[in-house]
Amino acid sequence: MHYKHLMPRRTRLRKVVAPPEFKGYKPYGTNKESKEPIELLYEEYEAIKLADYDLMNHKEASELMGISRATFARIYESARRKIAQAFVETKEIVTVYGNSWMDETWFLCGDCHARFTIPKTLEQEICPMCSSKQIETLNNQK
Amino acid sequence: MSKTVITSSGNGLASQFDKRFGRAEWFCVFDNKTKESTFVKNEFVNSNHGAGTQAAELMIELKANRIISGDFGPKAKELLEKLNIQMIIIQDSTSVQAIVDKIDV
Repeated sequence: MHYKHLMPRRTRLRKVVAPPEFKGYKPYGTNKESKEPIELLYEEYEAIKLADYDLMNHKEASELMGISRATFARIYESARRKIAQAFVETKEIVTVYGNSWMDETWFLCGDCHARFTIPKTLEQEICPMCSSKQIETLNNQK
Repeated sequence: MSKTVITSSGNGLASQFDKRFGRAEWFCVFDNKTKESTFVKNEFVNSNHGAGTQAAELMIELKANRIISGDFGPKAKELLEKLNIQMIIIQDSTSVQAIVDKIDV
């Protein structure tokens, strides 16, 4: 017996390089009472950022987030609609975690461009390939 | 820190660096102290699934402190992180010898 089709598919986690640096946006100059805010997911913020700020095409952006192109298109569309709805209906936007995970474990060497992790047991924060101290976390990349 | 594993396509220092981890053909184990390098065949290279996990478990046996490869799958990454084994990703198309030379300082 196959019950597989009865179960909803597990939502795969989407990689977000850096979380948004705000908790939300608020309209001003409006007389309307504040309403229920729009919840913008981290991955939706990331989709808007990659496509409309970093000007990546959907293929590049989806690969970076570790999802299919179709899924990326869906997240991107959802993000745009939410922002449009917030603008038109003068609603607040709040950012929430959603189905994302932060790639915070990786470091990048500014000199030789190796990417690497630094386990807790290591004390030195240097590049393991070239011993450079010019390293940055990929999480803070803008 | 003494033992570094480098993913290799063959069993000699002249072999090409293999950019896969779980499905690398060979693992070169380089010991920083003795300057010796030994090659271990990846037995899981053709397994249908779990190659990354099995390769990560092999790293415990090899007592690896760090691994140099071109990519780590999500399962291998999670396990290696727990084991406090440093993962290093480089994209150089080069020989294992050239990588050993770089880290042997």
